[in-house]
Amino acid sequence: MLYFARWKVVAILATAILVCGFTVPNFFSEQVVKGWPAWSQRRLVLGLDLQGGSQILLEVDLSDVRKQRLDSLRDDVRRTLRDARISFSTPPIVRGNSVEVRLREGPGFPAALAKLRELSQPLGGVLQGNGQRTLEVADAGGGLIRLTPSDAAMTERIRQTVEQSIPIIEKRINELGLVEPTIQRQGSDRILVQVPGLGDPRRLLELLGQTAKLEFRMVDNSVSPQEALQGRAPPDSEVLFETEGGQQVPILVYKQALVEGADLTDAQAGFDQRTSEPIVSFRFNTSGARKFATATQENVGRPFAIVLDNKVISAPVIREPILGGSGQISGNFTVETANNLAILLRAGALPAKLAVIEQRVVGPGLGEDSIRAGVHASIAGAILVVVFMLATYGLFGLFANVAVAINVGMIIGILSFLSATLTLPGIAGIVLTVGIAVDSNVLIYERIREEVRNGRTPISAIDAGFTRALATILDSNITTFIAAAVLFFIGTGPVRGFAVTLGVGILTTLFTAFTLTRLIVATWVRMQRPQTVPI
Amino acid sequence: MHLLRIVPDNTKFDFIRFRRFSFPMSALLSLVAITLYFTHGLNFGIDFSGGTLIEVQNKAGPVDIAKMRMTVSGLGLGEVQLQEYGSPDTVLIRVAQQPGGEQAQQQVEVKVRAALGDAVDYRRIDVVGPRVSGEFLHLGIVGIMVAIGAILIYLWFRFEWQFALGAMIANVHDIVLTLGFMSITQIDFDLTSIAALLTILGYSLNDTVVIYDRIREMLRRYKKMPMTDLLNTSINSTLSRSVITHVTVSLALLALLLFGGQAIHSFTATMMFGVVLVGTYTSVFIASPILIYLGVGTGRQNAPDAPEEKEAAAVEPPPPRKAPAVAARVRR
Repeated sequence: MLYFARWKVVAILATAILVCGFTVPNFFSEQVVKGWPAWSQRRLVLGLDLQGGSQILLEVDLSDVRKQRLDSLRDDVRRTLRDARISFSTPPIVRGNSVEVRLREGPGFPAALAKLRELSQPLGGVLQGNGQRTLEVADAGGGLIRLTPSDAAMTERIRQTVEQSIPIIEKRINELGLVEPTIQRQGSDRILVQVPGLGDPRRLLELLGQTAKLEFRMVDNSVSPQEALQGRAPPDSEVLFETEGGQQVPILVYKQALVEGADLTDAQAGFDQRTSEPIVSFRFNTSGARKFATATQENVGRPFAIVLDNKVISAPVIREPILGGSGQISGNFTVETANNLAILLRAGALPAKLAVIEQRVVGPGLGEDSIRAGVHASIAGAILVVVFMLATYGLFGLFANVAVAINVGMIIGILSFLSATLTLPGIAGIVLTVGIAVDSNVLIYERIREEVRNGRTPISAIDAGFTRALATILDSNITTFIAAAVLFFIGTGPVRGFAVTLGVGILTTLFTAFTLTRLIVATWVRMQRPQTVPI
Repeated sequence: MHLLRIVPDNTKFDFIRFRRFSFPMSALLSLVAITLYFTHGLNFGIDFSGGTLIEVQNKAGPVDIAKMRMTVSGLGLGEVQLQEYGSPDTVLIRVAQQPGGEQAQQQVEVKVRAALGDAVDYRRIDVVGPRVSGEFLHLGIVGIMVAIGAILIYLWFRFEWQFALGAMIANVHDIVLTLGFMSITQIDFDLTSIAALLTILGYSLNDTVVIYDRIREMLRRYKKMPMTDLLNTSINSTLSRSVITHVTVSLALLALLLFGGQAIHSFTATMMFGVVLVGTYTSVFIASPILIYLGVGTGRQNAPDAPEEKEAAAVEPPPPRKAPAVAARVRR
């Protein structure tokens, strides 16, 4: 156990030095580090609990996604039947998680059913399909056909919704001028947003809480809004509300949009030149401009509605055709709400509603205090353990302290190389590891003591002590490692940071116990040829 | 240099006999802990109960908590708790979960900010919605069970099933007592508490495994030694290590407790209790003696409670270990 081949000595020392070397970038500013090779630039990232900032967990509103899917499915069914000239006895409606339509039974029924079955596509395209389809089309008897989106198709749609939402969220955050946000998907239907340095996320929350779906639609004057509310709305129209002086005013508008927010290229907040009210001016892209021009030419003298997230912002009358492709929206804005709307329009609409389900904000003051507390606790812990080890084992205590110091260096080195996030519980994990790392030395030393008591010569005792203790060290550390691994998988944020440092600490402890401590003691034995073991 | 020696060499404490005292005591304490759990309950933090937590620091010195409580209570937010947090100018405001789903939770922060204004510094705001809080609790419970299960399987492979079972009983004992501690102190039970529980589990096991390792070694080496002697020798010969390691871990935890700040205070306090008080005790007084009942070494001469056996233990010292030492020397 005490003999090391030369190449092993070199390998052990090189590993220790290299891993400890990964801590170096942390001591320099980012500007300095930028000039170094890419692999040597990695550094520890301070968690939001240490540097301050906001963390927001968003969840896609499943019912919103489902509703959108069912509404568009209903429209598809209607269009398919109309195009194929199939008459129905009851028009398609959304019921529960399905769309239902009742066809006339008769010789044409099987053909109609086949036509509707064509709406169901193989999931994931024809090429990579795995047999699953987007829809289940069931003949419920009596001419009733029920079309239900499959679970797999809904899961896929939710995944797409999350994917489409992330760049839009990113744009919105960037529009607020916030630096270095991290936005990542979490699980199947969640998005984690972290913004360092943001101590008051209210404005961000306001922006993320809106889908910002902007539509220009014609107002339907065929029946009065009051009649429509009583259930006599034409099938192509719906009642939306406009807030006017605190009152909800119903307006009947067509479901079909003339132009949508996706056709905008730019939006800016400003002031109306005549009334000096806050407004949002916008510009359409080419196709949007053409559509808007045609629609306004055809409808001069009639009102249209500007609809945002199914609420009417304003419903002006078209005085003259708008051909230039730009316009402005006014309607009870404050400077801030006009600004927000402009940001939302520039960033684009979210594909579905997002709900904030968790929010953690740490102000800069607390972050600084936490860093200070972490540093103080680390120093105090280190001093206490070092002094105790010296008092208990003397020279061998010094060996242990050297091994533990290198151990801590390696932990920080590995964490830096992984660009791991350092949190306050993470620092606690390192301090605890110091307490645990010396345990491997204690196990070895106590075993050596025992072997000496049993009458062995010093060198034989040291040798046997290492051999026997290392098996124990391996067994005992693996159990702790299992606990750390579980913690890593279930934990989030700071808790995860703790699990990472604990797990890495165990690995480095095993390394130092099996190689470094042994090497130090072996070198000492070779140089001193001890007659007694000084512990 | 005179070195510190906490545990004298060659201790001969009869840990196995002491189980007559330690087992009933542990059973009683566990019962107390379970009773406390059901009568006092745990003080669930917002991670598990949902709601809003706001830490504010008054910019102009100590806070008049009574006045602030009046202000916040008047906002119509339902149950509100205020407590001094670390220093007299810092207050922790806890607002229960609001009815009305995920969106409604956001209003708490808006209203509190409007009421307290800029006179205070908002150091921390945590909002946990109803959906997430339910998941956290579920995840925590599952996590602890998975950890115990995984460790059990590992021990089963490395040792024998009796050892795995013994370690598991010790584990459950640790967790029950720690939960009792959390109940009696009403420490916030949140995600970091789950982390603390898992760490306690890991360290208590770490300790147990060190002794088990020795027991296994002795079982292989001394085929005829009575079980009680074997266990006692194993525990006694690892005792010095157990104590020294626990001093170092306690020193590290003490540093965290004193200097680590409020944010991890409940975490370190729980760890201090679990690792230092319960963990060591369990591995020495529960996990090892219980092996007798689980039938480790039943092929040996004595049943656990045979009276002659204890006399034998007193009269006959453990056999000297010269032989293996010689063998090792020869091998070298």
